[in-house]
Amino acid sequence: MSLSLGKDLVGLEALSREQIELILDTAEPFKEVSERQIKKVPALRGKTVVNLFFEASTRTRISFEFAEKRLSADTVSVAAAGSSVSKGETLVDTARNLEAMRIDMVVIRHGSSGAAKFLGDRIASNVINAGDGKHEHPTQALLDMLTLRDKFGKIEGLKVAICGDVLHSRVARSNIWGLTKLGAKVAVCGPPTLVPREIREMGVEVLPRIEDAIAWADALNILRLQLERMEMGYIPSLREYNRVFGVTVERLEKAPKDLVIMHPGPMNRGVEIDSAVADGPHSVILPQVTNGVAVRMAVLYLLAGGKPDAGAARAEES
Amino acid sequence: MPSTTSLLDTTAIGRTLVRMASEIVEKCGGVEQLVVVGIQRRGVELAERLAHLIEKAEGGKILRGKLDIALYRDDLQTLGPVPVVGATELPLDLTGRTVVIVDDVLYTGRTIRAALDELADFGRPQRILLAVLVDRGGRELPIQPDIAGVTITVPTGQMVRVSVQERDGRDAVELVPKATI
Repeated sequence: MSLSLGKDLVGLEALSREQIELILDTAEPFKEVSERQIKKVPALRGKTVVNLFFEASTRTRISFEFAEKRLSADTVSVAAAGSSVSKGETLVDTARNLEAMRIDMVVIRHGSSGAAKFLGDRIASNVINAGDGKHEHPTQALLDMLTLRDKFGKIEGLKVAICGDVLHSRVARSNIWGLTKLGAKVAVCGPPTLVPREIREMGVEVLPRIEDAIAWADALNILRLQLERMEMGYIPSLREYNRVFGVTVERLEKAPKDLVIMHPGPMNRGVEIDSAVADGPHSVILPQVTNGVAVRMAVLYLLAGGKPDAGAARAEES
Repeated sequence: MPSTTSLLDTTAIGRTLVRMASEIVEKCGGVEQLVVVGIQRRGVELAERLAHLIEKAEGGKILRGKLDIALYRDDLQTLGPVPVVGATELPLDLTGRTVVIVDDVLYTGRTIRAALDELADFGRPQRILLAVLVDRGGRELPIQPDIAGVTITVPTGQMVRVSVQERDGRDAVELVPKATI
């Protein structure tokens, strides 16, 4: 086993199909750890992980914290508000100060695209991107793919439609990279103001109407409509958005087959997704959250192993 | 492979497992609370066969488990890619049970140390025993088998290779040069 992820996980663009499959395969046994009465294994004992969140997050941050704790790492979570960042300290200075306290890994969420790579290039600790601007959110895409694999058995050949605000979505970008590398067909669907024209260059189809996406896909990944977009003039109103692009029971009933429904959360019920769909029999929105912990455990575990091709010593011994 | 020495063939492995199965029942004084737990990977197949043999001899159903000790290793902090993690499946609470750990080869004892740690996370068994197909010596920890199929000394530069039908397409215990695995 000489396949490794390297030092950092910045995005799925930089990973090979084999590396993505390694993460998904490694996540499988980690699901079981969270089902135990004692939900803890000693794999990362003695490692210190800092969760550096410059943007609001509940799900992702807690999911990372659980993943770290279930691997026995010591963890600290820093939110930008209430830290030195609000006093104007730069990202690199914050991270270097943390490193001076002998940390091993940083999980970073930041509003600027490229922040994770920028940091990874400048510090010795492993860096995991938990969302950087409009760039990537790799662990979200990985948990989406793990959920699809659970449901369909494989990713190859699946048709996945990513619906909504593609323009501002790092979730969309990471999913497109990951899914296309694993051989899925990907389409995006949303108002023209929220679907960048260049998205076709990533190898995806653009479907202008939600009805088209529903008729075409095996699974829908419904993105959150960031409410501040309305004020910025991308859409006329939330009601209008729901009327034209909302995923509703009525629309799904016209689909030739049952669609698997995904949403990265937090949901705006009654805007991009109706409650009856979100809570319906084909929704895997909560299994996605469960899988998130397993995927993040896998990423932490694989990165902690570090340096490639030096592990031959482990080959024999029982 | 030129310098492969056969230690046990299919028939011999079969006989050895029959003897081990009856030793397990004897040492446990029955099969009431017995759980047979195989260590990934080849311990799992051997545990399955032992459980089957015990069922044949004693009747009833023997509980099985699988243990992957990758996350409990003591060398994860050393350099190199981390080992592949396999599945752990155990009947949820082991408290009060008699657990027999089954592995193919007992060498340094470090795998068994890790297995004992992992089992402790699933309850407090009344008793834990260790059954191995091959005890090849070379212990680095104070761990000894309760039941051993064969006990051998391995010459320098060689190692024991266990193959099982279910995984490798044949049953064999062989001495092979270290480099071939």
